[in-house]
Amino acid sequence: MADTDVELHVEFRGVSKSYDGQTLVVRDLDLDVRKGELFTLLGPSGSGKTTSLMMLAGFEAPTAGDILIDGSSVRETPPRKRGIGVVFQNYALFPHMTVGRNLSFPLEIRGVSEERQAEKVRRALEVVRLEGLQNRRPDELSGGQQQRVAIARALVSEPRLVLMDEPLGALDRRLREEMQLEIRRIQHDLGVTVVYVTHDQQEAMAMSSRVAVFHRGRIQQVADPETLYEEPEREFVARFIGDNNILRGQVTAVSGGTCVAETPGGPVKAVPVRPFRPGEPTALAIRPERVVLSSRRGLANEFEARIEEVLFIGDHLRMRLDLCGNRNFIVKIPNTVGHGAVLKGDRVRLGWAQMDCRALPDERAAV
Amino acid sequence: MTARPTSLTLGDRLRGGFHLAACAAVFVFLIAPMLVVVPLSFNAEPFFTFTEGMLSLDPDAYSLRWYRNVIQDGEWRHALANSLLIGLAATALATALGVLAALGLTSSSMPCRTLVTGLLISPMVTPIIISAAGMFFFYSSLGLGQTHVSLILAHAVLGTPFVVISVTATLAGFDRNLARAAASLGAGPWVVFRRIQLPLIAPGVISGALFAFAVSFDEVVTVLFLGGLAQRTVPRQMWTGVREQISPEILAVATFLVGFALLLLGAVEWLRRRGGGPAQGNT
Repeated sequence: MADTDVELHVEFRGVSKSYDGQTLVVRDLDLDVRKGELFTLLGPSGSGKTTSLMMLAGFEAPTAGDILIDGSSVRETPPRKRGIGVVFQNYALFPHMTVGRNLSFPLEIRGVSEERQAEKVRRALEVVRLEGLQNRRPDELSGGQQQRVAIARALVSEPRLVLMDEPLGALDRRLREEMQLEIRRIQHDLGVTVVYVTHDQQEAMAMSSRVAVFHRGRIQQVADPETLYEEPEREFVARFIGDNNILRGQVTAVSGGTCVAETPGGPVKAVPVRPFRPGEPTALAIRPERVVLSSRRGLANEFEARIEEVLFIGDHLRMRLDLCGNRNFIVKIPNTVGHGAVLKGDRVRLGWAQMDCRALPDERAAV
Repeated sequence: MTARPTSLTLGDRLRGGFHLAACAAVFVFLIAPMLVVVPLSFNAEPFFTFTEGMLSLDPDAYSLRWYRNVIQDGEWRHALANSLLIGLAATALATALGVLAALGLTSSSMPCRTLVTGLLISPMVTPIIISAAGMFFFYSSLGLGQTHVSLILAHAVLGTPFVVISVTATLAGFDRNLARAAASLGAGPWVVFRRIQLPLIAPGVISGALFAFAVSFDEVVTVLFLGGLAQRTVPRQMWTGVREQISPEILAVATFLVGFALLLLGAVEWLRRRGGGPAQGNT
């Protein structure tokens, strides 16, 4: 209750879901979605993100806990009365109706006059830039166009909350990136709250105001994309968002905001994400692009290692080294003037700053 | 169907030829008894056999007299009216019940799905004589013996499994998200059914209904048990005809029934092909 000025749109309160009465697909979920943000549920398949979205839409009932929209419980509210727009992964356009009829369907049900219907349908098609396609049938449209119609249909009755379940999953990469910007623009222009589900971390990073990372039915971390990338609090988040090198070790010394962990390659200085006790196992996360190849001094962590492999990616070079017990230690160096100096088999000096190395709780043993 | 391989060994050819011959033999065995009725129904003489004139293709040996007799005969017309009344009413009932059952059976919250499906389908596999005898005693004790109502109910029971099977099959290809999308857009269950589900499963519903009608239209055993003189249907009238007054009129009616059955089959096939389009997700 610290942020009283932030208006909450959606709240999950201790929500759990089980289909078979034994395994929990979603476990004790607490979540706040603010008004007007694009909130993403991100996670691998089977992590509970889509189930959470379906519970919010009202298609599934929570086994335990409660969901609140605008501060009131929707436990007894059927989907049709929740006033939520939903965009489905496979679009779910009505195949026996034209685009125009698809869009006017929710308006008709609400008893909107025919003139108003035509006006709203026209405006919704304008928003998704599909003017003049009213009379086409869904199977006459391309995947990208169907996607836009699905979005227009979810928006046409002007809901304040729109849910999107992997809406771009079926599109090719170029179109997907274009639609990411498009959805962002529409969300911003209309000021609606969007709860977005994806397994694509780049998509989540590019679009979201905030992201909740799901793993095995639990939220690992909720943060804006930059914080998620720069300050992961869990090993799963560190591994799932972008690339990270993980070094395993044991904490040997803790003082203030720093700690030292003993790895198979020697001691490493790191920033602990929570208070550790000496002797505790830890997973150290270092971003490949934060590792510096140099003779430069003053880095908290400096090592020498042999380059096992060099991959030319284009805008950067990717080197694989065997370092501190990690045989897949990756270093990325930008493809700039003078990069050509590194070759497979070279022994190089490399290092990273203490603040670029986060000590996370070791999750190998955790379930 | 698999593509024909480009080179065939002698063995393959022999096997293929034998296969074709066997198929043809089975086909003749199944179809010939039905087809032989057709030319005989145009017999100018009151016989069930080919006359010499017919075999020599003499036009005078053929006639439409049996068709004329059937059309002019009050009993046959009465029987046809009964068949249509009972058939249409039973079909309506079977279709309504079958669609409801199929919707329930495909819902994710359906308990004991296999058991209930089995029970609903059982009229198809129970020997008809047993069902008919059972219904005879049951309806008699309800005071419904020898009424149209009892026959309509009996035929609805026999027709429902066909509707259940064909609609369940169509619903299996129905995208559940369409119903969810409609609900999220504000549609109540009835509107979802009426505006989204029904139009998309219509081919399955109609083909199930056609089968249900065909079952009722051909059925004679329950009519023998449950029907009186006032409930004589076309098959029942034929039964009487065969037993009491051997006349090629029966052959004329039989030809008509074969033609009608072919028409129904054609309609079902046409629906099945057309159904692939709008019922999304069948592929």
